[in-house]
Amino acid sequence: MTHIPTLAVEGLQTWFHTKAGVLKAVNGVSFEVDRGKVLGLVGESGSGKTVTGFSIIGLVDPPGRVEGGRILFNGTDLARLPAEELRQLRGARIAMIFQDPMMTLNPVLRIDTQMIEAIRTHSNVSYKKARSQARDALGQVGIPSPDERLAAYPHQFSGGMRQRVAIAIALLNKPDLIIADEPTTALDVTIQAQILFEVQKLCRQTGTALIWITHDLSVVAAIADEVCVMYAGRIVEQGVIDEVLDRPTHPYTQGLIGSVPGHNRPGSPLQQIPGVMPSLLTLPKGCSFRLRCRYADSACQVEPEMHVVANPYHATKCWHPLSGEVSHGI
Amino acid sequence: MASESTPPARRESVAAPLIELAGVSRRFEKKRDIAVKIAGALGLGVQEEIVQAVDQVDLVVREGEVVGLVGESGCGKSTLGRMAAGILPPSEGHIYYRERDISSLDKAEARAAALAVQMIFQDPFGSLNPRMRVKNIIGGAPVHHGLVRRSEVSRHVDDVMQRVGLDPAYKRRFPHQFSGGQRQRVGIARALAVNPRLIVCDEAVAALDVSIQAQILNLFMKLRRDLDLTYLFISHDLSVVQHLSDRVAIMYLGRIVEEGPAAELFAEPNHPYTIALLKEVPRLDVRRQEFAPIKGEIPSALNPPSGCHFHPRCPHATPKCRTETPELKEIAPGRRSACHLNAEL
Repeated sequence: MTHIPTLAVEGLQTWFHTKAGVLKAVNGVSFEVDRGKVLGLVGESGSGKTVTGFSIIGLVDPPGRVEGGRILFNGTDLARLPAEELRQLRGARIAMIFQDPMMTLNPVLRIDTQMIEAIRTHSNVSYKKARSQARDALGQVGIPSPDERLAAYPHQFSGGMRQRVAIAIALLNKPDLIIADEPTTALDVTIQAQILFEVQKLCRQTGTALIWITHDLSVVAAIADEVCVMYAGRIVEQGVIDEVLDRPTHPYTQGLIGSVPGHNRPGSPLQQIPGVMPSLLTLPKGCSFRLRCRYADSACQVEPEMHVVANPYHATKCWHPLSGEVSHGI
Repeated sequence: MASESTPPARRESVAAPLIELAGVSRRFEKKRDIAVKIAGALGLGVQEEIVQAVDQVDLVVREGEVVGLVGESGCGKSTLGRMAAGILPPSEGHIYYRERDISSLDKAEARAAALAVQMIFQDPFGSLNPRMRVKNIIGGAPVHHGLVRRSEVSRHVDDVMQRVGLDPAYKRRFPHQFSGGQRQRVGIARALAVNPRLIVCDEAVAALDVSIQAQILNLFMKLRRDLDLTYLFISHDLSVVQHLSDRVAIMYLGRIVEEGPAAELFAEPNHPYTIALLKEVPRLDVRRQEFAPIKGEIPSALNPPSGCHFHPRCPHATPKCRTETPELKEIAPGRRSACHLNAEL
């Protein structure tokens, strides 16, 4: 009997069929997340990290479509699941937290209405029981006096509190998997710390698997067990967090780490990745990073395969993987 | 511009103040609408809503220095920056440019002082006119102010664009034809075009991706060396501020709570708010971080807590903190902090 992870994504391809051509937003992405583990999905804007999250939960709108690959959730392929069955999973077994909590919340309904609906859609419980579950969930994410706050409208909460409500809704049905798409990016440092604290605690307590999508490597360093670095629709490096951040092998990962100001000596020039991310419509042949890479040579005109470079798990998609430790000291 | 040929000033407090804010406050009042006026006339005593965005702030930016201004949303850092840049008049207090009160300057001097302080904004889309070509965005102000003759403006625009790493061949383009990082370079070029001494950067890299942010930060450092510029760098991002600044001021709800040389302040923060802020910033080298967040929200500026604004969230608050506003006092040479706890030691 082989071990079945909570989520195993295999060769996921999500393409957008636009007038200008086929935009391969996600092109052959594979990863696994296990119970109680946190996977960081890191990339810059346009890398495909959000579309990956949306593909898993089945929220990709036309002209986008999941073209290929498998999304195995507890062994069931979500990509081939009928819409109705997927709807039943969504909000119950899989939940999503968005950057803007107002994507989750309906501005004209009270919080309790929305939370109770979310519970009663997926399980057969009384209104009263659902209400007390909703209250417990609010308390769990650190909202003071949850009893009174249940009757409030979303606009009566501050940004950080609204994000907590969105997280509470995601937690309502004790899902096996939560996909969090930049949920703390718009928040202040002290509020971000509060949210990260709650999320960490909940994952440990309930054994929920978490995918944390972000552009911020430092947040991933703080909470993730494993990390995938995305570039132009592909994962270019993945592995155990300490491996990837301390011994990055892909030049893009190394460039990203070098760009983080807090990790460099104050006043020293930051390592720059030259140029900008190319348009997905005009990607170079072979390795998509090669035009910005200082190690690129003729070999890079053929696309490299993802291959394991170290144990504990660490894989890279590069013909010329770098070696050596980077220091994070200042 | 007399200092252009001299070597860059040593970054010590001996340099002359370029801009100084003394006891500066800024209030925003909500206009009373008709319903409130009627209620007031009927004697219902409806409270006027006043936001004290900046409250009695003293801040000096010296020639050649980079001062970082840090705080969370609503702390008044942008309002303070706008007052320093002369965009917003203070409600109270004085602003000195090269040790002269700007309200006492005559018209020509006031204009020169205003040109010497330029601002770069967070959102280059919001601050660049979408219907103007880049050459007009950059070249408009220097021609208008007579810094460059109309016949020479084209060359001036080319120079400035090259300085910020833009290809002058793109000068006939519109802002929307540039990427985010390039647009921010256009904003920087516009500020540089009038030969400023001080640039106020308000969250100038906050909207950019990490790799692009690194390019722009490097550009800021290069421009500082090349042009001997002074910066007031406003950001919520502590790592960016730590990287760039010589001196840092931390704001909380309209007041500066701590100020000092960047290296010392980051190594040994004094104010409980600064300590909490530094501890909670995720860092690349800290894995599986155990967060111990300070409780509570940032209070509304409409109704700030009494005494020390931070006391409801402060783990060390005493009864005195609830009633008395702590002064920003010197705790070590060049370092100031506004906390009652320092007096008790």
